Amino acid sequence: MPIVPKKTPMPSQDPKTRAHNFDEVASGYTEEMAVAEAARCLNCKNKPCVSGCPVGIDIPAFITKIKERDYEGAYDVISRFSSLPAVCGRVCPQETQCEAKCTLGIKFEPVGIGRLERFVADTHNANVCDSAVRPVSNGHKVAVVGSGPSGLTCAGDLAKKGYAVTVYEALHTAGGVLVYGIPEFRLPKSIVAREVDGLKRLGVDIETNVVVGRTLTVDELFDAGFEAVFIGSGAGLPNFMGIPGESLKGVYSANEFLTRSNLMKAYREHSDTPVMKGGKVAVVGGGNVAMDAARTALRLGAEKVYVVYRRSMAELPARREEVEHAEEEGIDFRLLCNPVEILGYGNPDDRRDPKNGCVTGIRCVKMELGEPDERGRRRPVPIAGSEFELDVDTVVISIGTSPNPLIKSTVDGLEVNRHGGIIVNEDGLTSREGIYAGGDAVTGASTVISAMGAGKVAAKAIDEFIRGRKS
Amino acid sequence: MYRILEKRQLNPTVTFMSIDAPLVARKALPGQFIILRVSEDGERIPLTVAGYDRERGSVDIIFQVVGATTMKLNARKQGEYICDFVGPLGKPTETEGVKKACIVGGGVGCAIAYPVAKGLHDLGCSVTTIAGFRNKDLVILEDEFARASDRFFRMSDDGTWGEKGVVTAPLHDLLESGERFDVVIAIGPLVMMKFVALETKKYGQKTTVSMNPIMIDGTGMCGCCRLTVTDEDGKKHTKFACVDGPDFDAFTVDFDEAVMRNAMYADFERRAREEECNLLKAEVK
Ligand SMILES: Cc1cc2nc3c(=O)[nH]c(=O)nc-3n(C[C@H](O)[C@H](O)[C@H](O)COP(=O)(O)OP(=O)(O)OC[C@H]3O[C@@H](n4cnc5c(N)ncnc54)[C@H](O)[C@@H]3O)c2cc1C
Ligand SMILES: Cc1cc2nc3c(=O)[nH]c(=O)nc-3n(C[C@H](O)[C@H](O)[C@H](O)COP(=O)(O)OP(=O)(O)OC[C@H]3O[C@@H](n4cnc5c(N)ncnc54)[C@H](O)[C@@H]3O)c2cc1C
Ligand code: SF4
Ligand code: SF4
Ligand code: FES
Repeated sequence: MPIVPKKTPMPSQDPKTRAHNFDEVASGYTEEMAVAEAARCLNCKNKPCVSGCPVGIDIPAFITKIKERDYEGAYDVISRFSSLPAVCGRVCPQETQCEAKCTLGIKFEPVGIGRLERFVADTHNANVCDSAVRPVSNGHKVAVVGSGPSGLTCAGDLAKKGYAVTVYEALHTAGGVLVYGIPEFRLPKSIVAREVDGLKRLGVDIETNVVVGRTLTVDELFDAGFEAVFIGSGAGLPNFMGIPGESLKGVYSANEFLTRSNLMKAYREHSDTPVMKGGKVAVVGGGNVAMDAARTALRLGAEKVYVVYRRSMAELPARREEVEHAEEEGIDFRLLCNPVEILGYGNPDDRRDPKNGCVTGIRCVKMELGEPDERGRRRPVPIAGSEFELDVDTVVISIGTSPNPLIKSTVDGLEVNRHGGIIVNEDGLTSREGIYAGGDAVTGASTVISAMGAGKVAAKAIDEFIRGRKS
Repeated sequence: MYRILEKRQLNPTVTFMSIDAPLVARKALPGQFIILRVSEDGERIPLTVAGYDRERGSVDIIFQVVGATTMKLNARKQGEYICDFVGPLGKPTETEGVKKACIVGGGVGCAIAYPVAKGLHDLGCSVTTIAGFRNKDLVILEDEFARASDRFFRMSDDGTWGEKGVVTAPLHDLLESGERFDVVIAIGPLVMMKFVALETKKYGQKTTVSMNPIMIDGTGMCGCCRLTVTDEDGKKHTKFACVDGPDFDAFTVDFDEAVMRNAMYADFERRAREEECNLLKAEVK
């Protein structure tokens, strides 16, 4: 069969329409599209794609099942490795992971592995009502801190083995970044809710409104009879740039901007939680978080949205697809630019002028790429005298996060690295017996699939630990 | 769901509620706060822990009705429920080594100041309280403060309660007469705290303030509650009131910036308040 050079296109909403609604951008493959895309896979013996997937999904095996139109079979293959296929199929940076290693990708476009994974998961979710059978209890209790992908996965795997698992979540809704960070138009919240409901049916107890370190401490969890604790508390507090004007009215961290819109539903007409809507917006940064903030701003009614990033397009760390979508939607990328100051309004004659302190613009300096840094990325250096201003009303800062000190400061003997990330061994075990950790709390901001993988590894280790103690 | 065990009106705009929240009650300490949502899809707002009963498992809050969410909360009756109630958040007020303290409370800030005064008093500390209100009708917790204080200065803007004047007046007199405290703790409107800090700074009197920026998660995720503090070397740092505070060294805080940031949603809040008023009126009819 001749090779089809290009991926089967993903049906998506028209960019002009979708820039004004929060519905999912891509609607997913139909059965025929999926089978056609699966047919492109060469079923390589050495399976290079598998080495690109952080959890090692047997990709050719599940694609073969699609070719056979055995979608449940395909789902079963994926389920052996991943508990969140509907999520990862949508949000994995496939172009740097599985698809980057695909043989087809050497000469042509790689197989649309993520799109196929999503198809399999969506088909399963639409047709199969997961059984409500609770596994037989083994009489052991495990606590999980945080309900992001790492925590949910760890909880699910342990519950399937018969553990009584309680997940403690600080916010009022479970899901972590999947509910407060990644917007509806990229990951419908109903998918996350389905995963959470599935866990509840397995008997997992999800306690929202509990901040571990404040409401309860990890040591109290042990006192309450939990035999092991998994910490999946996420990436932590947003970083700021330390430039003048960052406290002006209209400057947000991406976490705040997205939380207001996603978790607190500020995008709805009659929401109780306010967020700046409309006007001109500059988003600083180049990751997925920045793309989400920029496209959310557009959907909230901004007339113009800039992404200001200090390196070039090639270094932009966001998923390729999101960058393409953002460009199609009309986001204006100002690459090789770095903000030096956020400008604000000040009326010297009237201190009570409500406009005082509001953002009016952002001053940036143009950059060029210099020598490579220790990670091999060329370091951006400012070009003298190249400063310019963009008129904006809102600035969203999306330049990463630093770990929240709360857990560390309330767990004696928990070691963290220089950046504040919790130190674990290859099993996810921390410096304290019985305490495991994974996801962004360990690695710093990473990906959903890695967090999920860390949850799985820890669940296995916790099971061995508890069973080992028994004997 | 969290049940409202008790509800009392302290003055026309300030309400006391005791909420059934055993996990929070077990841990709460003076100076900490909670975050609540009245209903699904409602806003998350922070309120200080005004008291707690560890045995009954209840936490008290005292709030001023200022906008849409506090109005919704105030519309809930005793026996009814609110949707979310999480805490205790923030660091408790430092009481270690404090033998003599001066608590300065302004307006509804007195609700926050009271548990601190009581906590210190219970520890055997000598407590001087200076409370200020706009007028006599707005006074809250008078008897409670009287019981928790060794000395109690009452101030009002119009002279209808205690002395006429602002809270910094008696504070000035005390400091000028040579009195010193292990700490002055000021809790109230930002402008009041700013002026307290200006006053105490003249005397090198250690002072802490309880900051109340706008918050969302309250757990250290969003960065909304940030404020700028300047350290001894003149270096500026971004701090997060929900995890680093809410108490801060009064001489380090940029109050003007905090005032500005708290007014970020003034327009939105006014509209939301009007809508909520209309809704409530419609319900009454
Ligand atoms: C806007 C945005 C877009 C992203 N886009 C992508 C993408 O396209 N693809 C991708 O692969 N990755 C993406 N990521 C990254 C990915 O979402 C994270 O790497 C992943 O969610 C990390 O999972 P986690 O389980 O470690 O933590 P989180 O998802 O952060 O969850 C942690 C949870 O723990 C809770 N918690 C924290 N502290 C406590 C405590 N003390 N007590 C109780 N609960 C606590 C938090 O409230 C939260 O719910 C994105 C991230 C963001 C913010
Ligand atoms: C740590 C802390 C402790 C507090 N303790 C008390 C207390 O014990 N009693 C009390 O009456 N008030 C307290 N407040 C203030 C209280 O949170 C606000 O009055 C409340 O959020 C107003 O909500 P609203 O919707 O009714 O009014 P809005 O109309 O939304 O706002 C009115 C005012 O409240 C401020 N505000 C609005 N939303 C928030 C928010 N999410 N977080 C903080 N401030 C906000 C606004 O800047 C504005 O000045 C505290 C605030 C903080 C940060
Ligand atoms: S989980 Fe992610 S990396 Fe792994 S195969 Fe699926 S899309 Fe690729
Ligand atoms: S590398 Fe590509 S073509 Fe080969 S098995 Fe994997 S997905 Fe199929
Ligand atoms: S309220 Fe979000 S970080 Fe403090």
